[in-house]
Amino acid sequence: MSLVEIKDLNIHLGGKRVLSEVNFNLETSEIVTIVGPNGSGKSTFLRAIIGAVHPSSGYVRLKKGLRIGYVPQKLAIDPTLPMPVRRFLSLPHRVSEQASGEVLAQAGAQGLENMQMADLSGGQLQRVLLARALLNAPDLLLLDEATQGLDQPGSANFYRLIEDVRARLNCAVLMVSHELHVVMSASDRVVCLNGHVCCQGRPEHVASAPEYRALFGSGTHGALALYRHEHSHAHDNCDHDYGHAHGGDEA
Amino acid sequence: MSIFAPFLIRAALAGLAVALAAAPLGCMIVWRRMAYFGDAIAHGAILGVALALGFSVSITGGVLVVTALMALAVSALAGRSFAVDTLLGVMAHSALAFGLVAVSFIKGVRIDLMAYLFGDILAVSLGDLVVIWVGALMVLALIAWRWSALLLSSVDPDLAITSGINPRRERLILTLALALVVAVAIKVVGALLISAMLIIPAAAARPLSATPERMALIALVIGAFASLGGLVLAFYVDSPAAPTMVSVAAGLFAVTNILALVVKFRQR
Repeated sequence: MSLVEIKDLNIHLGGKRVLSEVNFNLETSEIVTIVGPNGSGKSTFLRAIIGAVHPSSGYVRLKKGLRIGYVPQKLAIDPTLPMPVRRFLSLPHRVSEQASGEVLAQAGAQGLENMQMADLSGGQLQRVLLARALLNAPDLLLLDEATQGLDQPGSANFYRLIEDVRARLNCAVLMVSHELHVVMSASDRVVCLNGHVCCQGRPEHVASAPEYRALFGSGTHGALALYRHEHSHAHDNCDHDYGHAHGGDEA
Repeated sequence: MSIFAPFLIRAALAGLAVALAAAPLGCMIVWRRMAYFGDAIAHGAILGVALALGFSVSITGGVLVVTALMALAVSALAGRSFAVDTLLGVMAHSALAFGLVAVSFIKGVRIDLMAYLFGDILAVSLGDLVVIWVGALMVLALIAWRWSALLLSSVDPDLAITSGINPRRERLILTLALALVVAVAIKVVGALLISAMLIIPAAAARPLSATPERMALIALVIGAFASLGGLVLAFYVDSPAAPTMVSVAAGLFAVTNILALVVKFRQR
């Protein structure tokens, strides 16, 4: 059975249709990247999977007993709330010092235990949020714009970290990115979302191509790949350009 | 007159109860940027007082019903058509205005109203004291029970959902606790100063705190010190009790925050 099964999903928020007729399945230990422009309903899609928004019609079905590790884009934490990383990991249930140390190490955030959440840099916060998501040994890791605010080497590092985690836990990974053309190269599938599923396919592994070097430099060690959008249908609300996937115009 | 006169002892005990309930609740309100929310509910309390006087029912009961209804209304309407602060502004001030108008139609209570706006801690009876302590302990138990869930939904509502917590329900519990505190504390500090006793001790505790629990505890110490210190000060300089308590709290807020600035400056 699929980990996640989404059928004819429609979601309206504040009277506006955000997602229409979305069909999607996620299989065990699959890595899927959802790309789409801003306002395309990507975050709503993830929030529908965790149950934070409810379908207007259609359904989201999760495998029974599915353990989800969710990595939000950012936290709504107020600076008046003193919250050491260690305490954050112990919400809502206390975890042992050993367990929190282990997940922090796995997420490359060792030694941050006593830092205040409000004092973390963008990259550190991402890693702490990832560590938290790893606490219950998830079958599915959901990442919302995890690399936003990171530069390309930073994104590449983060993607390699996700690959390591996936290899260790054998969990599925579903991540959302606003980068339309540059995706995690380990993705099995890329889904382009713009209110509905525009297109989907495999990323191009072009790590050795000269265009790739020109685009990413050599420091990313193949963690990034390109995705070529193949739109078989015509519509006017998909506002990204076509024929862009060669990468030369991106740099 | 001795400072250990029975009415002063009762006032001190009432002040302590309010400090006890207000500390963790006030921290939550500060963390969730709900300060104005507390204010709105407190203003609504005046309408509750007027209705209770009009229908000759218990003041605490009347205030509790109106503040709880307001809490529910604001929670339900928030973010629909107006921004929350606009909505709160409309509700707070119209509730206060309606309350004041309603009170003017009731004979013989015009003088009493001051007691509900500014509190009359020196007139707290033994019966009041029981109500205040029971209410305060209920609020404390409620917050303690939901502490972790409330904290996580303050950090991030979506993370709370993935941990099996319903952030809307937690917010509802918090707003009802707020309504309860307002209802029992109105006699002590009055409708206009309740949110001060919620927010100022918490804000004063922030620079001294590295964990949420520590902040609640320090807010409790600061709130208790402000209550007792304010009462003693009011006794010696013959000033109104509740405003003196709030003034002491405000002084402590200034001291802790200036100290924190000095420490930060020295570390550079």
